[in-house]
Amino acid sequence: MNQTLNDAELDTFPKLMLSHAQLRPDRDAIREKDLGIWQSWTWAQVAVEVRALACGLASLGLARGDKLAIIGDNRPRLYWAMCAAQSLGAVPVPLYQDAVADEVAYVLDNADVKIALVEDQEQVDKILEIKDRCPKIEHIIFDEIRGLRDYQQDYLHDFEKVQAAGREFDHDNPEFYQTQVDSFSGEDIAIILYTSGTTGDPKGVVLTNNNVIITARNGIIREGLSADEEVLAYLPMAWVGDNLFSYAQSYVAGFCVSCPESGETVGQDLREIGPTYYFAPPRIYENMLTQVMIRMEDASKLKRQAFHYFMDHARKVGVRILNGETVSLKQSLLYRLGNLLVYGPLKNVLGLSRTRLAYTAGEAIGPEIFDFYRSLGINIKQLYGQTECMVFICVQPDGEVFADTVGTPAIDVEIRVDDNGEILYRSPGVFDSYYKNPESTASTKTEDGWVRTGDAGYFDDNNGHLKIIDRARDVGKLNDGTLFAPKYIENKLKFFSFIKEAVLFGNERDYSTAFINIDLDAVGNWAERRNLAYSGYIDLAGQQEVFQLIKDCIDKVNRDLSQETHLANSQIRRFLILHKELDADDGELTRTLKVRRSFVADRYDSLINALYSDQSECHVCTEVIFEDGRSGMLEADVKISEAEFYPVKAASREAAA
Amino acid sequence: MIDKHNDDVILAVDNISLSFGVMKVLDNISFDIKRGEIRSIIGPNGAGKSSMLNVINGFYHPQQGSITFKGNTRKAMAPHQAASQGIARTFQNIALFKGMSTLDNIMTGRNLKMKTNLFWQALHIGPARAEELENREAAERIIDFLDIQAIRKKPVGKLPYGLQKRVELGRALAAEPDLLLLDEPMAGMNSEEKEDMSRFIIDVNTQFGTTIALIEHDMSVVMDLSDRVLVLDYGQQLADGPPHEVRANQDVIDAYLGVPHE
Repeated sequence: MNQTLNDAELDTFPKLMLSHAQLRPDRDAIREKDLGIWQSWTWAQVAVEVRALACGLASLGLARGDKLAIIGDNRPRLYWAMCAAQSLGAVPVPLYQDAVADEVAYVLDNADVKIALVEDQEQVDKILEIKDRCPKIEHIIFDEIRGLRDYQQDYLHDFEKVQAAGREFDHDNPEFYQTQVDSFSGEDIAIILYTSGTTGDPKGVVLTNNNVIITARNGIIREGLSADEEVLAYLPMAWVGDNLFSYAQSYVAGFCVSCPESGETVGQDLREIGPTYYFAPPRIYENMLTQVMIRMEDASKLKRQAFHYFMDHARKVGVRILNGETVSLKQSLLYRLGNLLVYGPLKNVLGLSRTRLAYTAGEAIGPEIFDFYRSLGINIKQLYGQTECMVFICVQPDGEVFADTVGTPAIDVEIRVDDNGEILYRSPGVFDSYYKNPESTASTKTEDGWVRTGDAGYFDDNNGHLKIIDRARDVGKLNDGTLFAPKYIENKLKFFSFIKEAVLFGNERDYSTAFINIDLDAVGNWAERRNLAYSGYIDLAGQQEVFQLIKDCIDKVNRDLSQETHLANSQIRRFLILHKELDADDGELTRTLKVRRSFVADRYDSLINALYSDQSECHVCTEVIFEDGRSGMLEADVKISEAEFYPVKAASREAAA
Repeated sequence: MIDKHNDDVILAVDNISLSFGVMKVLDNISFDIKRGEIRSIIGPNGAGKSSMLNVINGFYHPQQGSITFKGNTRKAMAPHQAASQGIARTFQNIALFKGMSTLDNIMTGRNLKMKTNLFWQALHIGPARAEELENREAAERIIDFLDIQAIRKKPVGKLPYGLQKRVELGRALAAEPDLLLLDEPMAGMNSEEKEDMSRFIIDVNTQFGTTIALIEHDMSVVMDLSDRVLVLDYGQQLADGPPHEVRANQDVIDAYLGVPHE
């Protein structure tokens, strides 16, 4: 068993690194493709590099509690900078390399950064541009000298010169490094990670060594990872996931991390490395699948047919085989043949032949994309996480992977669902605080250590997995007390190509109702194929056939909802098709085309009242603003209808029990 | 850091005249290029800019005048002699081997650096092997320098125009020239590609100390990059000097903007 994994004495990253340098000095710790060749550094070499850099940083004045900003692509030297800072009890603060100068200025100032260690001229220029606004910065260190030879500033330093100074310092003070490393423990701050912050300024999440190391270790134990894993470090270093997968878990388990040659070569590098452990957001899995499909369209007929034949077979049995279920001998043999002819070569092209574990997170992944990879035998799983707890909240267990849940709590994580549906968790990974922001800390983290996620969800009764439905602030309640998650249902509706926009009502009402906007292109096309004549949106929206079409969609969503215990009561009882398209010019949508729910509710007050009565029609008169700025009135009779209500499945089960 | 304000002339052009039949393309042109500077030649279409470059690298033979490169004065010389003496160039219309990869195209630029003969190269042993490794490394440094790792193995013909231009620069750099002639390196590029290319030209100049003669139409690029600018118009030398002087020169303004008819 991996000794480093169980040693509680190793409670900081420098200690972990030094232990690997003793236990597995000749194993590769990190690789980088440079000049077309993979260059490697063993753990013993990494220890030497980090030591020289740490001493160099110390001679520049970096000490306990000081902040070291790290900006650049995934490069070995930047990862070493993290460990070097941590050796001195200083705190690395990685920033997004493509952040604009203003964002960088905010973080550098907010985090009280003393030294910035950056990749190249681009980043140096960015910092020089804002240096006046960040008076706390004393030194800038760069990794890549190109284009910087003529810069005269005395606070600019070449990485190699800092290391050289460090070696000299080390020679004069041979005890210094080890004493420093020994003097810090798990309680000390390991890193500050800034959350991108969709609202307001970014917040610096302060994580201790214990937060990071225990969480990383728990993840390793749960998935049975070892020192033999191969990981490609290609996601931004400022993102918590990269810090966990490419740094923390590598230092805990001792596996090797590879840095791609450049941002554009990631695909090729992925193929060459063949990672065994891989993380990607859903978007990347989607792109890979699209690429495959496009290339198959261009392939010869024979190849295309073979591909589709075997992919159909994989869709039938692949997931079951991956889950360890038994399938018939014939199916199993056919799958093996498919593996030889299609699945194997395909995985090889994607760079996923050796992948034992692939994670995805961040947003919902389409079930068909998910199943594509799983049917090929790639164990892709969803996880649910946050920066505030070093990623892991929930992970899907092997063999229990569903497209619509995020799995069961990770090791040592407790989860609680609040009365309003909000998910709270508590774990050893829970962050210390937001840097210099006690108000935000207090509103997010309770005194007994629970963290509010801001997400609403519930545990599925059938499999015990956590299911995320919406942002908590958008979730309300029906009068009978059941959960009402408008966005969740709206998204289900918008999944139909005929429905462009849906607005649900139901908070503090007896039942839920819906406004529907039809998609003029999709429904228009559908109507033309049926020889239905129409003159425009209002006309089309008012036709009986279209009404029936939308009702069918709503019925399907209701049937889905009836299967979900917690949401079954929020099935849509009554709905209408709006007589006009919701428009940003009329203030009904934001400029990013999100529905302004309360504005719409006020504006169409009379329609809402009609939805909550037994009227079957309502006359409306709406002022609209045309594209040239003139305004006019739009009048219409809007039909209102009941939708099918399906009996609530789980409730009946409860009654029976 | 190279000193640009030296008097070390790398190339001197004296009283060059070139005609094709009765067409006088260059008429008694004289100028020099100092070691380490970026020297631009500008002028309207047909001014004789490309012809001037062709004279410098030995492709055209002028009827009159002489060229002194690194102290050797000569009247006429073949392009391969110019290349072996340290002059490399790129072309207005890209002249790459379209079917070959980026890497192979850049390797061809190393041709003159190869010393071993065909016999050793064919056997791929001994000195030829060591030499190929050395040249491959040099090519990889250029790929890294120009940030084209992602297209290392791609056939050049399939690359977008801007990248092909970059590969062509890479091939010229592979010869490790003392004087680099760039014939409209930014023609047909969008503003982002132009910015990248300008960056590379400056980096080549400062990092390798390469002297650069540049023909370019984009005035803002020329004025930003150049140490000195030579202006040609219908084969005549119109002006010569630092960018701010040339910009203020009335003859140049007239040639570019036209003169009103009285």
